[in-house]
Amino acid sequence: MRYIEPHGHMVSRTTDDYQAMVTAGCAAVCEPAFWAGFDRSGVQGFYDYFCQLTDYEPKRAAKFGLPHYCWLCINPKESEDMKLADEVLSIIPEFLARPNVLGIGEIGLNKNTRNELKILERHVDLAAKHGQMILVHTPHLEDKLKGTRLILDVIKGDQRIAPERVIIDHVEEHTAKMVLDTGMWAGMTLYPESKCTPARAIDILENYGSERIWMNSACDWGISVPLAVPRTILEMRKRGWSAERADAVAFGNPRQFMSQNPRFQI
Amino acid sequence: MTRNELLDLYFMDARAKLIDLAAFLDRVDRGTGEADFRLAAFREALKNLGGLQPTRARDVLLSLSDPTAEPIEKSPGKGAVGAWRKVESEC
Repeated sequence: MRYIEPHGHMVSRTTDDYQAMVTAGCAAVCEPAFWAGFDRSGVQGFYDYFCQLTDYEPKRAAKFGLPHYCWLCINPKESEDMKLADEVLSIIPEFLARPNVLGIGEIGLNKNTRNELKILERHVDLAAKHGQMILVHTPHLEDKLKGTRLILDVIKGDQRIAPERVIIDHVEEHTAKMVLDTGMWAGMTLYPESKCTPARAIDILENYGSERIWMNSACDWGISVPLAVPRTILEMRKRGWSAERADAVAFGNPRQFMSQNPRFQI
Repeated sequence: MTRNELLDLYFMDARAKLIDLAAFLDRVDRGTGEADFRLAAFREALKNLGGLQPTRARDVLLSLSDPTAEPIEKSPGKGAVGAWRKVESEC
């Protein structure tokens, strides 16, 4: 078995997790910038975080033989403070040339506010100006449907953004089709209590096809399972999927999407 | 897969979850005080399980979702609670 973990917040995880992931067949891990679980007090906190994502964490992963890539942004949970958000946006360009940076993410919305939407638009503009790929977080639970629609409208409204260079993450049964219909990629997050279970993720694949879709653990500091992707591969095999078909989704699809950035070499 | 193969694979798991749902509703009934909007939203969403089309998961999710289209003025907080309350989303 081999797979790519396309969305893991490894700064929150232990070295035991790295070891378990590599043992299970993980070939690369990609880490979008996200909320730390608390609001940072200023732009310097983000500067340090971006240094962690582009310098320290890839070295930690390399100790386990695991290539580490990242995405940079201010997450929507902290975008309500527009002054801070603009300050963070201003420091991102100096990190974009670092060798493990794949693009801008995970941007998006949290509570679907006007300020969040403005900062989303500024992130999309930043990505367009710098020719970056985009990874999008869609809101949680009751806010996901509306947030996904708003996000798709923003991205479709910017003609500089090629849809195949955008992934809309955390889709579920009520949002997967609307994302795939735009030509963008869709991500399914495998969580024990929210988002998708392995069985539901496979249902979505069987209903909407395996093209332009990936699955991830989004493991972080909350309730999450770093081995969710390989466990879903096992579930696929129980469902009668061939090893090749499972490999195409768990390894081939994230590789295809991220290889649009030549830095991604797997 | 055949329906019986799927039953072999998932029936016990679904049975356990079904009993958990029933026990949850019993537990809430035994509780004191007035339930907030989440219980009504939950009961409304449950109706979708009786649907005849294989879109029940999507329909449950839609039932629990904010159906409005306009962004809100200010965030009421960072978290989501799992069901939409009209009053909160309109402020």
